[in-house]
Amino acid sequence: MRILGIESSCDETGAAIVADGRVILSDVVASQASIHERYGGVVPEVASRQQLSAVIPVVETALEQAGLGWGDLDGVAATYGPGLAGSLLVGLTVGKTLALARGLPFIGINHLEAHIYANWLRPVGAGVSGPEEAATGAAGWPGDPAFPLLALVISGAHSELVHIPRHGRYELLGQTRDDAAGEAFDKVARVLALGYPGGPAIQRAAATRDPARKNPLHLPRAWLPGTYDFSFSGLKTAVSQIVEGAEGVERAGDGGEIAPGTSRYEREGAAAARAGGVTAADLAAAFQDSVVDVLATKTVRAAKELGVRQVVLAGGVAANTALRARLDADLDPLGVALRYPPIAYCTDNAAMIAAAAYFHLRLGERHGYDLDVRPGLQLPFASRATAT
Amino acid sequence: MSSARGDNARSSASAESIHLDVPSESVERTRRLGALLGGLLARGDVVLLHGELGAGKTAFTQGVGRGLGVTATVNSPTFTILKEYAGRLPLYHFDLYRIEDPGELETLGFADYFAGDGVSVIEWAECGEVDGEEAPWGPDALRVRFERGADTGRLLHFSAIGSGGRRLLGGLADAVAREVG
Repeated sequence: MRILGIESSCDETGAAIVADGRVILSDVVASQASIHERYGGVVPEVASRQQLSAVIPVVETALEQAGLGWGDLDGVAATYGPGLAGSLLVGLTVGKTLALARGLPFIGINHLEAHIYANWLRPVGAGVSGPEEAATGAAGWPGDPAFPLLALVISGAHSELVHIPRHGRYELLGQTRDDAAGEAFDKVARVLALGYPGGPAIQRAAATRDPARKNPLHLPRAWLPGTYDFSFSGLKTAVSQIVEGAEGVERAGDGGEIAPGTSRYEREGAAAARAGGVTAADLAAAFQDSVVDVLATKTVRAAKELGVRQVVLAGGVAANTALRARLDADLDPLGVALRYPPIAYCTDNAAMIAAAAYFHLRLGERHGYDLDVRPGLQLPFASRATAT
Repeated sequence: MSSARGDNARSSASAESIHLDVPSESVERTRRLGALLGGLLARGDVVLLHGELGAGKTAFTQGVGRGLGVTATVNSPTFTILKEYAGRLPLYHFDLYRIEDPGELETLGFADYFAGDGVSVIEWAECGEVDGEEAPWGPDALRVRFERGADTGRLLHFSAIGSGGRRLLGGLADAVAREVG
């Protein structure tokens, strides 16, 4: 079953063709990261205007690269939420129109679910000859993720811990109470003037630290005991205040009297600056340590409590190598395997849309052409209390 | 309108400006103030929030949600610009941080929400305003500025725009005064 997937929920416009939800036949992305870098984030109006001009060439290129014609396709899928309304509208409208014009089944896909299904993707040429081997496993590829699964979905818009006992069933264990993990990376990178997107920028800056030198900073962790929820807003505030404190010391100059900061973190920043300097790398590392510590601790606890076989990462923050290393180390002794998509499929992409679509279309599920965008769409979360 | 009493809050009134200053020593207090306001909101009401990153805008909105009986988790709408929640009235939670030009609000179809059946809480409202022009959300609103207070505390500065804003400010002053006792 070959499916064309279209993704335009935020700042990328992508089209991909995937066989049986697993083997990528083509994958084309028109990225706007360079445009958004100038503004330190996504500019919605720019995003949807760019997407409008990019979407048709991107779809045509996806067909060309796969060496396929319309007659070779078995379905069309497009993201219908969550995301920016104007951006979603571009991909969804084109997807529905193409399906109608070519007489193909159409399905709208939940972007969050698609991030999870990125874990089923296996690029052609990676030791897998076809869908069969991709499903069951081959040299260098362990096969499909195994249920029951725990998914940690972490991106610029999401931080959700989800129990997935089988295809299509999602039990929300916890989510962010304020900022998403990726959003915290973006905002802190902005405070530290490290650039956009914040995830890779913070990871690079943290890696420049001399690991032998003890980090003068230790940032708070919001544990929210008794829950699987996350909170990253206080951490962002702490970083801003440390920067303010350190800048106060810089302004005062060597040996000058420094007005003590008014908050604990301002004082900490001032103290660290006086004690021989606090660098953006120290702050980036301390911030990353805090985020990784909380995400990993809660994920491992949930994996134990629910007795899952595997943990899958999804979303842009899944590309963070510190998080992967920590989870690998903590899950391995439990006999729980950690899975994550190749880096290119952690961030927004169209192949994951086509992958998720396969698992719906194969059951005969379809959407009508009246399907509208749903900017606030969530997973169809089932209550754990009623789970049987 | 009546004034809040006690040293915990003060309000003043004149023909041009009516405002109320309330200190908040904690995030939980900021949320509580939001909940007091949430209990007073009627359909079409607009609340504008201004303050730096980490000032407490989202926490305040969580409180508004609580006051409106929203049971879902209210979290940051920075990425999607708008998140919508079901409560006693629908809550439209905006974050205009990424809006470059106030005209975009119209293009993006958000204008419909301001006149809709719910209440709009708008973070980084300054990104949607142009000097000398009517705001996209109309002539009435309650404005809240989050300023740094002592230690990690904040000062919440409420001011009224139009008759709708004055109604909310009066109600909030009463609610805060009752709470202080």
